[in-house]
Amino acid sequence: MAVVSTPTTLTRALSAMDNAEVLRIRNDFPVLNQTVNGRPLIYLDSGATSQNPQSVIEAEQEFYEQRNAAVHRGAHHLAVEATEVFEDARQTVADFVGAAYEEIVWTSNATEGLNVISYALSNASLWAAQGRGDSRLRDLALGPGDEIVVTEMEHHANLIPWQELAYRTGATLRHIPLDDAGVLRMDEAAEIVGERTKLLAFTHASNVLGTINPVSDLVALARRAGALVVLDACQSAPHLALDVKQLDVDFAVFSGHKMLGPTGVGVLYGKQELLDVLPPVLTGGSMITTVTMERAEYLPAPQRFEAGTQKISQAVALAAAVNYLTETGIDRVHRWESELGQRMVAGLEAIDGVRVLGPAAGQDRIGLAAFDVAGVHAHDVGQFLDARGIAVRVGHHCAQPLHRRLGLTATTRASAYLYNTTDDVDEFLEAVSGVRAYFRA
Amino acid sequence: MSLDQLYQQIILDHSKARHGSGLAATAAPDGASTGQSHQLNPVCGDEVTLRVAVDHGTVTQLAWDGAGCSISMASASVLSEMAEGMTVDELRSVIGNFRDVLRSRGKIPADPEILGDAAAFEGVARYAARVKCAMISWVAAEDALNQAA
Repeated sequence: MAVVSTPTTLTRALSAMDNAEVLRIRNDFPVLNQTVNGRPLIYLDSGATSQNPQSVIEAEQEFYEQRNAAVHRGAHHLAVEATEVFEDARQTVADFVGAAYEEIVWTSNATEGLNVISYALSNASLWAAQGRGDSRLRDLALGPGDEIVVTEMEHHANLIPWQELAYRTGATLRHIPLDDAGVLRMDEAAEIVGERTKLLAFTHASNVLGTINPVSDLVALARRAGALVVLDACQSAPHLALDVKQLDVDFAVFSGHKMLGPTGVGVLYGKQELLDVLPPVLTGGSMITTVTMERAEYLPAPQRFEAGTQKISQAVALAAAVNYLTETGIDRVHRWESELGQRMVAGLEAIDGVRVLGPAAGQDRIGLAAFDVAGVHAHDVGQFLDARGIAVRVGHHCAQPLHRRLGLTATTRASAYLYNTTDDVDEFLEAVSGVRAYFRA
Repeated sequence: MSLDQLYQQIILDHSKARHGSGLAATAAPDGASTGQSHQLNPVCGDEVTLRVAVDHGTVTQLAWDGAGCSISMASASVLSEMAEGMTVDELRSVIGNFRDVLRSRGKIPADPEILGDAAAFEGVARYAARVKCAMISWVAAEDALNQAA
């Protein structure tokens, strides 16, 4: 299902978003229409989880009211309809990120997607050692002497699965360090990614720093080394135009709930030639061709990686979320959020005692900012903002090594989405400016 | 509930003037048996290392080091001030009462007769996400008492 450029979408693609449009958008999100602690809710925690437009909520409800059935089995009317909408959803997501239909595997979230890659690769090592499966598995197998490379800014979900893969296979885990501004040391990267590197995993956009990493430079290093590339697209897929083919990554993962969709569904993209030869991770129903009492043959991707009954209503609702983003225009969303991000950083930098992590104002970043308030713990900052109806994230944001590198244990993070106005950002900044006085810092 | 009911003056005061803080620089009293405990809240990174010194069934010193939010630091400070001079049984009983109040979601009011200054943390019970902040040093004290016994 291709995205058709109608005159409306064409006009929208050219026009910038503004507060008036955002307020109309906000009306589509029921949960945002409430007061918290006597103030209108200002939701600035979309980096953790985004909210759902009515169309997404209705898509899930409509599925249960009209089409609920098991997919890929049964010949009855509901089973056929359920299978159709489920697979249409896959096509919608594939189109959204420039992938082929067969290259989109449903997972329960991005974390699961990364773990599937990690376990598929260690299974590849087992199979290759036994001479089982496709001969290409020998190239994918990892063992002692091989290296897996990540970066120092990764979310734990894009770190621990690789620590464990290294443990299971005897490979070595290395990382690309950051400079003091939180930017990847590309000079070091060129030294670290070498002929021993079998896999390079990194985030597209940092969930803490807001940095957008130089994907093409990193992919070029990996290609030179003959290594696989895994892209954590959790903070990019919801906010900017992602084209996995153009980026030429081997795998990419993202989560539905961070892109206006429901929880419980995520996406694993993998190049077809890889997904079709990699061993499965979960085995059981729906992913086999022939089963005897001794052994089984497996379907190609995506079913190869979708054992058991899938998250059908969630996938259907995620497609509705993608349609919402496409109709609004993902490039327009990206530009609007960049503006909000710049406004946040410029405003935060102007507040005495506030240190913003990541790129300074004026430099490229997505629409989020994590910061430290001198003398006030992040938990207290978050509580203070909550009392004003402002929802932000506090803690290490699942990036302990990154915080340690920056000499911090916990920070506060505000993250915007297409339903946030510049007024939201200004009220947030106004509130932050009162934090230190309240806590006598 | 307002922010000021959560962050009562006594809490803000103790979060700045931290009684008993400075474990590394504080020697345990001679002749006392000691127990030490380290507690970490992985959610926010709050961390407390706490040592109790017990002499003939009486807590003679409660020293700690920590990093964390104002609630966690103030509660360690209040605990340290209260604990010194109590018998081990009294302190255990106060810790139990503090836990009951904090876990009650506001249903059990704090009794200042039992909890003294720690009654100021009553409002924390309404904020499920902050209960662990207030409890961390008290959990450490309970653990340290078991080791000193």
